[in-house]
Amino acid sequence: MDARTTQALLYVDGVSVSFDGFRALNNLSLVMDPGEMRAIIGPNGAGKTTMMDVITGKTRPDEGDVVFQGSHDLTALDEAAIATLGIGRKFQKPTVFEFHTVADNVLLALKGERGVFANLMHRLSGAEQDRLDEILSIVKLKDRRDELAANLSHGQKQWLEIGMLLAQDPALLLVDEPVAGMTDSETAETAELLRRINETHSVLVVEHDMTFVRDLDVKVTVLHEGSVLAEGSLDQVSANERVVEVYLGR
Amino acid sequence: MTRRPILLTFITGQCAALVALLVALAVLVPALNLLVPPTSAFHVPTHFVVLFGKWLTYALLAVSLDLVWGYCGILSLGHGAFFALGGYAMGMYLMRQIGPRGVYAHPVLPDFMVFLNWKELPVAWWGFDHFPYAMLMVLLVPGVLAFALGWFAFRARVTGVYLSIITQAMTYALLLGFFRNNFGFGGNNGLTDFKDILGFNVQAAGTRAALFALSALALAGGFLIARGIVTSKLGKVLVAIRDAESRTRFLGYRVERYKLFVFVISAMMAGLAGALYVPQVGIINPSEFSPANSIEAVIWVAVGGRGTLAGAALGAVIVNAAKSWFTGALPEYWLFALGGLFVLTTLLLPKGIVGSISEHWPRRRNGGAPRLPAAAAAQPAE
Repeated sequence: MDARTTQALLYVDGVSVSFDGFRALNNLSLVMDPGEMRAIIGPNGAGKTTMMDVITGKTRPDEGDVVFQGSHDLTALDEAAIATLGIGRKFQKPTVFEFHTVADNVLLALKGERGVFANLMHRLSGAEQDRLDEILSIVKLKDRRDELAANLSHGQKQWLEIGMLLAQDPALLLVDEPVAGMTDSETAETAELLRRINETHSVLVVEHDMTFVRDLDVKVTVLHEGSVLAEGSLDQVSANERVVEVYLGR
Repeated sequence: MTRRPILLTFITGQCAALVALLVALAVLVPALNLLVPPTSAFHVPTHFVVLFGKWLTYALLAVSLDLVWGYCGILSLGHGAFFALGGYAMGMYLMRQIGPRGVYAHPVLPDFMVFLNWKELPVAWWGFDHFPYAMLMVLLVPGVLAFALGWFAFRARVTGVYLSIITQAMTYALLLGFFRNNFGFGGNNGLTDFKDILGFNVQAAGTRAALFALSALALAGGFLIARGIVTSKLGKVLVAIRDAESRTRFLGYRVERYKLFVFVISAMMAGLAGALYVPQVGIINPSEFSPANSIEAVIWVAVGGRGTLAGAALGAVIVNAAKSWFTGALPEYWLFALGGLFVLTTLLLPKGIVGSISEHWPRRRNGGAPRLPAAAAAQPAE
């Protein structure tokens, strides 16, 4: 156990991915410590979403290693196996199950058996019910629990999806643009929520919104053309000449 | 708000009501056929018993199709193949029951084999003289085929229209295979001239009434199994797969296993429907594999209401009732009417008959709010 806690939670080394000759990721390396919250920024096409696809098993890298908790080679596993290992993902566009109620969305995400027959026979336990209520109050959707997710506002869908991530209780949360389309107050609340989540989980956030990233006040990694351009606090990377060049147009 | 209790019983009692109706039909129709004298106005003639019985087997096929299409998004355009395979398994049993009473009076071989100058029974036919074995095959053959197809297709993540095309190709391939005499299942003519089932004459009014009752009970059973599946947490996973497959994967569910499970159950249900269909219509031939049959079943489900189960059964009965009337009155226009019905349903009632009814009623109560699921609608949301 000791060996593992001293090792990185997520270890990405030399990962490259090409789509029809386009190098979406180019020798990307990134290390996250257990308990860390990390923000990833970068212009469009920098490879942020592809990186998440590689970590969650949606895309296989052409080369490179992706190791989780020091022992799991993620490049050999599929999405379901990686999710079960403890990596949860929130998509850029809020992806909830529109024809399920808010409560059922969270129920489906709740940590537990994922097998066919276990779910055929599943009965909601008291502990699960409590956890469900707890999550619904954290994401402030308790009074809308029986409504269809389709009826939620954009911001509420984002929060529901974060709630689903919490229900999965993963060791690492990958959060893709959580505040896209949110009002300023919603953005501030989301930053607060992520900080609370970070007390017990590791979080990797991809975001464009600089105010939000500043709010989070965590280590920032800047991606550009599929590899890491700079890493450090937001002030440090903002002072980096190359970063300024990339962001303000070459 | 005075209307709520009625509404509530309709929604929550919909399932119970349908099962009760089917059980009542299973008792009433045979009774009115057998016990009421033909002179009475309440007498149900035997040809109606056979016709209604046939519709009930179609309704079971529709429920099985709705289970995969309405709840898991698998649009099978080959469900008629599972129905036909179940039918052939039953037909083979019925052929073996003819025994030496065939035209050629061969003690073991069915007539068509004697005609083809075959000397012994093909291996595929072994055991079909035993009813339990034949019934096992009724479920097993469609189930194994669905498993094999699903295993490859779902693991390779074939979805949407591509999967539909594969299922369509499957039923077409079987159609061509069963047409061949050397395939060993009666070729073009199929299996017919059945004499008896479990010792009862298949032509007798009593046997027909019993088959009707069994069809009604099988539909009720199939409906309850499907209800049980879709209302379980597994059913919620299926709907999640239907609406956002990759999201479901990222929650840790192995989508292909869920699809495989529901596809196999559905195929077995369709097989049972086919097995009940064959003794009632008295024949099974390769035309049951024709892609048009499978597509017609999709229309039943669409008309009745996709993703409602009860609607699928209702759609099968309504469309087939219309078909019976049309093919009697205006036979040359039936296909136009069927096509028109499908177009109109798609345009005007995209949720089908039952889907539109259950959408409309809660909406009126909640003053224009979009559709709520039954559970939420039953609670005072205001």
